[in-house]
Amino acid sequence: MYSDKVMNEFKKPKNMGKIENADGIGTVGNPVCGDMLKVYIKVKDNKITDVKVETFGCVSAIATSSKATEMVKGKTIEEALELSKDEVAKELGGLPPIKMHCSVLAIDGIRKSIEDYKKKNKKQ
Amino acid sequence: MEVYLDNAATTPMRKEVFEEMEKYFFQDYGNASSLHLFGQKAFEEKENAREKIAKLLGVKSKEIYFTSGGTESDNLALKGIIQKSNKKKVIVSAIEHPAVLRTAEFLAKQGKKLSVIPVNSEGIIDLNKLKKEIDSDTALVSVMHANNEIGVIQPVKEIAELCMEKNVLFHSDTVQTIGKIKINLKETGIDLASISAHKFNGPKGIGAIYIKEGTPIEPLIHGGGQENKLRSGTENIPGIIGLSKALELSLKNIEEEQKRQEELRNELIKFVLEIPKTRINGTYEKGKRLSNNVNASFYGIEGEALIAFLNEEGVFASTGSACSSKSLKASHVLLALGLSHIWAHGSLRLTFGRQTTKKEINYVKEKLPGIVEKLRKMSSIK
Ligand SMILES: Cc1ncc(COP(=O)(O)O)c(C=O)c1O
Ligand code: FES
Repeated sequence: MYSDKVMNEFKKPKNMGKIENADGIGTVGNPVCGDMLKVYIKVKDNKITDVKVETFGCVSAIATSSKATEMVKGKTIEEALELSKDEVAKELGGLPPIKMHCSVLAIDGIRKSIEDYKKKNKKQ
Repeated sequence: MEVYLDNAATTPMRKEVFEEMEKYFFQDYGNASSLHLFGQKAFEEKENAREKIAKLLGVKSKEIYFTSGGTESDNLALKGIIQKSNKKKVIVSAIEHPAVLRTAEFLAKQGKKLSVIPVNSEGIIDLNKLKKEIDSDTALVSVMHANNEIGVIQPVKEIAELCMEKNVLFHSDTVQTIGKIKINLKETGIDLASISAHKFNGPKGIGAIYIKEGTPIEPLIHGGGQENKLRSGTENIPGIIGLSKALELSLKNIEEEQKRQEELRNELIKFVLEIPKTRINGTYEKGKRLSNNVNASFYGIEGEALIAFLNEEGVFASTGSACSSKSLKASHVLLALGLSHIWAHGSLRLTFGRQTTKKEINYVKEKLPGIVEKLRKMSSIK
């Protein structure tokens, strides 16, 4: 069902865990399958210096969490916001059609964490 | 190490079964409808097999019809009964196999009435609700004997009595019990029962249905009129021979084998429950669950991920989690027990077979806790 790239990413996922005193946190849930994902970011000079993720989800959700966070690490906020689910899927050698929504979850999590960061920063 | 613990999905065929079947491919390959010697031989062997199966199940030969498997038998039971009846309602339990549930829903779409009876948190059907639902327009009640996901055994005798009282037919999907439990179909009072050979070390693609003599039923498949006009198509003689041999072998030392598996099961259940935030789905009270089934849920982890890591370690299991199959909904069985989506998604089904050893179970015990811990560390749900 899954490509080797997906399986390898799943077996050794990167950026798993949480960041204490994160600058932004994004929690997203997937009502379809009851899955949940939480993204933590550290931002410095408009750049994402560190990112971590906690994932309750399937193989594809874990693999895309890992890949998507890897892809935004070191990027500027604007660059990170441009990352699409298709780019993540492509980087993983494709996802089964029924599993495309899992990659949306990761993207949404990252976007939400950035929103959260922006909101917090406005106040200060 | 490779440990196959998905015997509710299918089982390996026994060598003896294959050996028994072999000559019907190469030597005695006749069509049972042909009038010559080859045909007669095939016909006789087929009828011998039918007689053997009937005897093993405590029923008459002419009450056994061969089909392509459990799915077809379930379809035949529901569609065949309702089409012949002037009553319109079918009653099924909430935890039926898709072969029954989807068929029942199809009938509802065709204008029939459908009523789905809930189960309690242990997985046992609500008999009072069932009693209330049976009315003068009810043609058929279909309640499975043992559930394929959680292995919980339904009180079929009581259901049969209830149906008899109310004068409605009772079909039971016995796919998970025949060949695993000693059953006398006559004594249970079931009117129709589905059988599938690959669940008890027989070949795939062959099954049967028991239909009590005199039960009015319409065929599903029309054609040359084989199987007493109920199921057309050239009979699968090697399959039929395989089915009867597999049934004979599996019933031979069934009590001993059941006891052996039950010990392994209880041991594994005890072990699993020692892992924090874990539950066993469905009752495991003695006699109320198949001896080969463990279905556990681990809070905060998702079944497919668990299966994938077990697979890496050579343990082959399954899950009721949606994210693992082609649909995205969580197991209808686990939801029917009242589990939340999180618990339902974290389910693991381990089902034993004759080939399962204590050593294999020990291997699972060695690997499972570490995988659960790893996935929980990653999870956003603590
Ligand atoms: C309870 C139950 N009913 C029906 C079936 C379908 O049987 P078959 O695979 O022979 O079509 C299965 C097995 O998948 C089952 O477990
Ligand atoms: S997160 Fe639900 S299927 Fe992947």
